[in-house]
Amino acid sequence: MNINIEKIRSDFPILSHKINGKQLVYFDNGATNQKPMQVINCISDYYSNMNSNVHRGVHQLSQNATTAFEESRKYVADFINADSEKEIIFTHGTTESINLIANSFENIIGKGDEILITVMEHHSNLVPWQQLCFKKGAKLKVVPITDEGDLDMVFLDSMLSEKVKLLAFAHISNVMGTINPVKEITAKAHKLGIPVLIDGAQAIAHAKVDVTDLDCEFYCFSAHKAYGPMGMGVLYGKQQWLNNLQPYQYGGEMISTVSFEKTAFNELPYKFEAGTPNVAGALAMAEGLRYIDNIGIGNIVEHEDDLLNYATNKLTDIDGMRIVGRSKNKTSVISFLVGDIHPYDIGTLLDQMGVAVRTGNHCAQPLIDNFCIPGTVRASFAIYNSREEIDYFIGALKKSLAMLA
Amino acid sequence: MTIKEKEDALVSEFGMFDEWMDKYSYIIELGKEMPLIDEKHKDPQHLISGCQSRVWLNAEIKDGKIQFTADSDAVITKGIISLLLKVVSNEEPKDIAGANFGFLEKIGLKDHLSPTRANGLVSMVKQIKLYAKAFQLKNMN
Repeated sequence: MNINIEKIRSDFPILSHKINGKQLVYFDNGATNQKPMQVINCISDYYSNMNSNVHRGVHQLSQNATTAFEESRKYVADFINADSEKEIIFTHGTTESINLIANSFENIIGKGDEILITVMEHHSNLVPWQQLCFKKGAKLKVVPITDEGDLDMVFLDSMLSEKVKLLAFAHISNVMGTINPVKEITAKAHKLGIPVLIDGAQAIAHAKVDVTDLDCEFYCFSAHKAYGPMGMGVLYGKQQWLNNLQPYQYGGEMISTVSFEKTAFNELPYKFEAGTPNVAGALAMAEGLRYIDNIGIGNIVEHEDDLLNYATNKLTDIDGMRIVGRSKNKTSVISFLVGDIHPYDIGTLLDQMGVAVRTGNHCAQPLIDNFCIPGTVRASFAIYNSREEIDYFIGALKKSLAMLA
Repeated sequence: MTIKEKEDALVSEFGMFDEWMDKYSYIIELGKEMPLIDEKHKDPQHLISGCQSRVWLNAEIKDGKIQFTADSDAVITKGIISLLLKVVSNEEPKDIAGANFGFLEKIGLKDHLSPTRANGLVSMVKQIKLYAKAFQLKNMN
């Protein structure tokens, strides 16, 4: 192992907190992960030393802020290996990135067209398409999954057709951790000229993301799931696509010239960034990605895979254990149920022992319904988690199960 | 016993537990003793949707006093419901309408009644009061 977990943990102030009198064990990283001092300091430093509005002032502060803001964009572009920083649109997060495209696709989708998604989508990559389809008389089609939680590629092949105007799917399932074969699926869609949008929320901090290699048209993610701040995210889009799409919101920075009769829109990426942007958010997002780079995504994947295997083996030993999502290709997300015990009960008792997990449907109700279960308990790991924490969690879980039996 | 007296009795009962585990084990036990809602009433009309755990509640009036029955698919939720019902069941509508369940804070369970908890308990308290109001109006007519 090439990483020093103790040193990494010392970067995250929140990890030393006590919850209900017990040392916090934070296993809710799929919802959001914790922030290192580097990111926290970056936000404080911006407001202490640099704050001013970007792209408009001639004064020094504004120029410093603008330079730092655009350097962050460049950092993000390099991080995901985009061709140009023009392809990086700053948004509030994955959900807004997806909504932006859904909104801009209103001119592209028509009656009888189809949008293809999968059963494993988060509501954020389902509802915007569903609503777009309602509005335009188009059809939302859903690719099923296997019992293990992999996309059913036979169905996918049969559902791709000339009628499909967009294929939108998750890089990694937030419930099951399944890593979808993104590149392969994108290539299949491209054979029929279908553009591809990828929800990368769960992937950005847990897998190598290279949009040039994936060749997708759009890739969306949130900063707060990558050690960065909340309320900040990215829409990556290929330039020729972004150039042809309608703006999403109007006013402020997205304008080049305005008269009362007409408005000329600014060029990329500003065309899609109306209003004063979240400058501190952009800087801190880049800082979060830098944190990942400094450790190395390869080292992160190796460590989290170790945690996944270690926890999976320990959980499997528990009587009545059912792990939901058993793909051979998954990240460090484990959803499970034990016997007919309600996930809410397990989550409540784990919380009493300082263990933070997620329970419920994880904003993926159709997927949970697909398995005919009331929800799951989900433990999801990040770079700062350890085998010792998993041991403690397993002990706490066994205690909970004894109480609930 | 009045509602207030019943609440005080529960507070002193829970005061015996030093350990959270004993407290929660007791809550789970109480859930098992709760007067269960008739299976035929476990329908959408009696369902209180709480996102994570489901709760069913029914109320009937007998000799001017309300008898509540309920159930939940999560046992801790069920235990907490049984606490609430212990307090309000077999009371007159006008008394139930004024109950505020302040005892839950004293026994360290207030968090379970937080609107963000998504366990259906907040909606259930509302529903208990709605039943009380409805029976109150019925009595007046």
